[in-house]
Amino acid sequence: MTEKKIVDGRGSFCPGPLMELIVALKSSQVGDELEVLSTDKGSANDIPEWLNKVGHEYISTTEAEGVWHITLRKSK
Amino acid sequence: MKKILIVGGGMGGTILANNLARRLTNELKTGKVRITMLSASEKHMYQPGLLYLAVGKITPDELYRDQASLLEPGIEFHVDPVEEFKLDNNQVKTKSGKTFDYDYMAIATGSRMFPEGVPGMVEGAETFYTEDTALKMFKRLQSFEGGKVVITVGVPHKCPMAPLEITFMLHDYFKDRGMADKVQLQYTYPIGRVHSLENVAKWAAPEMDKLGIKYETFFNIKEVDAKNKVLRSEEGTEIKYDLLITIPAHKGMEVVEKNGLGQNGWIPTNKTKLNMEGRDNVFILGDTTNIPISKAGSTAHFEADTLGENLAAMVKIGMPVKEYDGKVFCFIEAGKDRASYAMFDYKNPPDPKAPTKAVHWFKMAYNKLYWISARGLL
Repeated sequence: MTEKKIVDGRGSFCPGPLMELIVALKSSQVGDELEVLSTDKGSANDIPEWLNKVGHEYISTTEAEGVWHITLRKSK
Repeated sequence: MKKILIVGGGMGGTILANNLARRLTNELKTGKVRITMLSASEKHMYQPGLLYLAVGKITPDELYRDQASLLEPGIEFHVDPVEEFKLDNNQVKTKSGKTFDYDYMAIATGSRMFPEGVPGMVEGAETFYTEDTALKMFKRLQSFEGGKVVITVGVPHKCPMAPLEITFMLHDYFKDRGMADKVQLQYTYPIGRVHSLENVAKWAAPEMDKLGIKYETFFNIKEVDAKNKVLRSEEGTEIKYDLLITIPAHKGMEVVEKNGLGQNGWIPTNKTKLNMEGRDNVFILGDTTNIPISKAGSTAHFEADTLGENLAAMVKIGMPVKEYDGKVFCFIEAGKDRASYAMFDYKNPPDPKAPTKAVHWFKMAYNKLYWISARGLL
């Protein structure tokens, strides 16, 4: 099993966690698991919404000490 | 003697070199330090000018100065791009076959658009991220007689404001040609709003509504059917166009990928110390870092300021003295005669105000003052 890829978008206003995720997916393989770290609350909504639109697997969201952890799997 | 090698003669590399030359004047004179810059070009391009070239506001010659003319005395400058990085030996090998060794190296090689990454993009879309393509786009615009113009944005790209800027400038361009009623502008963006910066998007979307510019968000470019003039998204939607303009996804320079320094040309970089991950004496500036920050000239500028201070301190007292705080400053042209700006860092989000003529004229002035910035004076 490949290691989970961390996309660290903490403190990123531009381009922001979702765009960092889109970039990271380009260099990932189908089946890879990724975890986005974000200090932006909006990403906790945007990322699952986009994953659903584009067809990647959304796994979970947790929050600890002001950091959201959003995990997903690249599906295509 | 401490040898400082700077790879890349763009904004970041040039400001760093000049910053260091000023801080280490005595050391340069007495031979305690050598500063060497390696670049692929004898010319320095003011890249933000490409936006104006694309709509005919400037001519190509206005984009360039001789690189050597921008450098402080004492900096050794060679137009001899690096082909091999031998980091374990603290050496690089150049195109001419020369080897340069270093005590400290800064890699500031920038980024490039990569429209080839999308099927049909090169054939189907205009862009303005090089002199040739910007000029071609202007000529295409001048011969365009009406229809749907789609501006589509890939990720990542340099100059985060360019998508909005070109859209608003195209609105004014067609209006000035008396074609406003013959042209429908449509904009697409990869995330759920019209710009990555929330406050910028909050200003821009109503502005687009006011100007009759349509937009589709959550649109990640999948392919261009150049024959039938259809743009398709990963999300499953498609848009017909008469003229397609793109801000394509980018990569770092090929030499970075070929040398295995970073996937897609983005080198893993510490976001405050700016050193390459795993290397204490190699630093990365500007677009080619993998830091989750704007790929913008101002990012390179402020990173170079921090790194210049640190490298000089490392020479003088053996240790760095500050950290990069993520500062970015971007103008936002909102048409032909008004502009705003966004200023932020890792801790403070931007809060752009409504565009004004005053800020537009400040940007116009900065287009000329840039050359003083490049010399490390502004």
